[in-house]
Amino acid sequence: MARIIVDEKVCKGCGLCVHACPLKLIALCRDVLNPKGYHPARLMEPEKCVGCAACATMCPDTAITVEK
Amino acid sequence: MKVLMKGNEALAEAAIRAGCRHFFGYPITPQTELAAYMSKRMPKIGGTYLQAESEIAAVNMVLGASAAGVRAMTSSSSPGVSLKGEGISYMAGSDLPALIINVQRGGPGLGGIQPSQADYWQATKATGHGDFQILVFAPSTVQEMVDLVSDAFDLADQYRMPAMILADGMLGQMMEPVTLPEEGGKAPIEKPWAACGHGGKREHNIVNSLYLTPDKLESLVKERFARYEIIKEKEQRAEEYLTDDADVVVVAYGASSRVAKGAVNKARELGLKAGLVRPITLWPFPADALNRAASHAKALLAVEMSMGQMVDDVKLAINCQKPVHFFGRTGGMIPTPAEVLEQIKGLV
Amino acid sequence: MQTVFQKPSVLTDAPMHYCPGCTHGIVHRLVAQALEELGVEGKAVGVASVGCSVMCYDYFSCDMVQAPHGRAQAVATGLKRARPENVIFTYQGDGDLAAIGTAETVHAATRGENITVIFINNAIYGMTGGQMAPTSLPGQVTQTTPYGRDTNTAGYPVKVCELLSTLDGVALAQRVTVNNVKNVNIARKAIKKAFQNQIEGKGYSIIEVLSTCPTNWGLSPTEALKWLEENMIPYYPLGVYKDVEGGVKK
Repeated sequence: MARIIVDEKVCKGCGLCVHACPLKLIALCRDVLNPKGYHPARLMEPEKCVGCAACATMCPDTAITVEK
Repeated sequence: MKVLMKGNEALAEAAIRAGCRHFFGYPITPQTELAAYMSKRMPKIGGTYLQAESEIAAVNMVLGASAAGVRAMTSSSSPGVSLKGEGISYMAGSDLPALIINVQRGGPGLGGIQPSQADYWQATKATGHGDFQILVFAPSTVQEMVDLVSDAFDLADQYRMPAMILADGMLGQMMEPVTLPEEGGKAPIEKPWAACGHGGKREHNIVNSLYLTPDKLESLVKERFARYEIIKEKEQRAEEYLTDDADVVVVAYGASSRVAKGAVNKARELGLKAGLVRPITLWPFPADALNRAASHAKALLAVEMSMGQMVDDVKLAINCQKPVHFFGRTGGMIPTPAEVLEQIKGLV
Repeated sequence: MQTVFQKPSVLTDAPMHYCPGCTHGIVHRLVAQALEELGVEGKAVGVASVGCSVMCYDYFSCDMVQAPHGRAQAVATGLKRARPENVIFTYQGDGDLAAIGTAETVHAATRGENITVIFINNAIYGMTGGQMAPTSLPGQVTQTTPYGRDTNTAGYPVKVCELLSTLDGVALAQRVTVNNVKNVNIARKAIKKAFQNQIEGKGYSIIEVLSTCPTNWGLSPTEALKWLEENMIPYYPLGVYKDVEGGVKK
């Protein structure tokens, strides 16, 4: 049981977390724009997250908190 | 007790006695004795003497040490001071105190190594880029160099800005008897803005000169200029010598003022009413003393070891109310009292 | 559930201005983590250099000083000499450290200044909009090498770790990158060691971090990582170039 919390205000939609997730569980929400005008990242299949923190490790904006 | 000291060495000892323990320099004639003296003394008193890789590095080490909240200084001569202009501008923009000593030599370019006063414009108007001033002191004796060093440090701390001692090769190289102050006279002022580690006890301090928002930058520059107005009002210094009844007022600072004073004395022996205003602060420029002297004078005569740099400030200070003449030698040439006397005679 | 990864306390809440996918942010976090883990935030003073990272003074919660272009290590020298008990680091890009600040870098290193230098090598000038850097690769197209960096006229890139490892004052010179999780973890350890060295008085430690500049390279963030892997790592091999176990003798 694990989850990530993306601070969507801070996220710049760079996609490095999407690229880093070994289980490919993260995607950029194309239908959402944050106040900065970016499509923020979201965990699409929460039940599969193992909390490896690869996404947070690669996030340049420290927008991801990982809980396990 | 008086001791006989060379100007450059007296500057160094005075700085140590003013509590300076951090000197960063680079060799250049005719100020090198200052650095050499520091290299001898600093290790013995737990201070830092560091010979930097360049004048630029030296002044930026001063910036770092000053940002950490300690008294720091550098010294150089004309070409080296040009290189320090960058750091001086950044320190002015970061509201950092520091002492910079310029033992002037002839210029432009590599120029020569003989005494000169051709860096007046640089010191008072264009030390670096941007809207700013630095305090500029112009001693005329070795004793005055000693006295002004501690004043320069104190005022730099008080007003949070760089200060310069504008000396020259003659003052740096000459020996005169001096009385040195006791060490530890005044307690250093608190520097709550210093970047010295917040220890978890306060917000982080940022020592910075970058402001990308124009109105923020403008307001900071205006705040600094408001401070400059206070300085202009409170910190002008000049010696007024025989000016009460003077028809001709000679205006000279530093080494050339020594020559000018000799010429004024000669003129008085001849019954000519000559006097001298000797600016001790070049910025702020002593406009009050000049106006006092100019009020009843027939003419003023600026004497400089340059092609005429201070002379414009004399005209501005008295608002061109009286004729202001100029006599100067440059490139390391020093005017003689006889030459200056001839000029005075021509104006009486 | 427990929090297993969060923003280190040594980063402020100020949102970083860097472009999406720029790896500056990762390196900022690694520096902040090191300061946090070593418990030295209160003693730390960082020196921000001119370039994209100049505003890092807003992002690190320790005291910060902004240096003139290229002079970060001279400023750091002054800070460290004034207060040796403080932990002093510079954060510099390639233009700052290896072009305009080459003299300050080489001499701080050869003096063995007991400071920590974080060097971001992204092979381009970011802040001014993508001009050739001292570390731009041969053939690399930039705004000022529109036909590719011609080594006949523009010379060769500066290999900073190789250069500095020849100097006796250097305790640690290591090149790392942050292109994937494994390398970020290596970089994290290296940066922490560079601070640990300073705390133990071992002397000058520099960590060169191969980084991306997606905007000025004209690539997406993930394409930029690939470009770094295919072009920069072969030219700038990762690894420890110098590591003096007991520190530099003085």
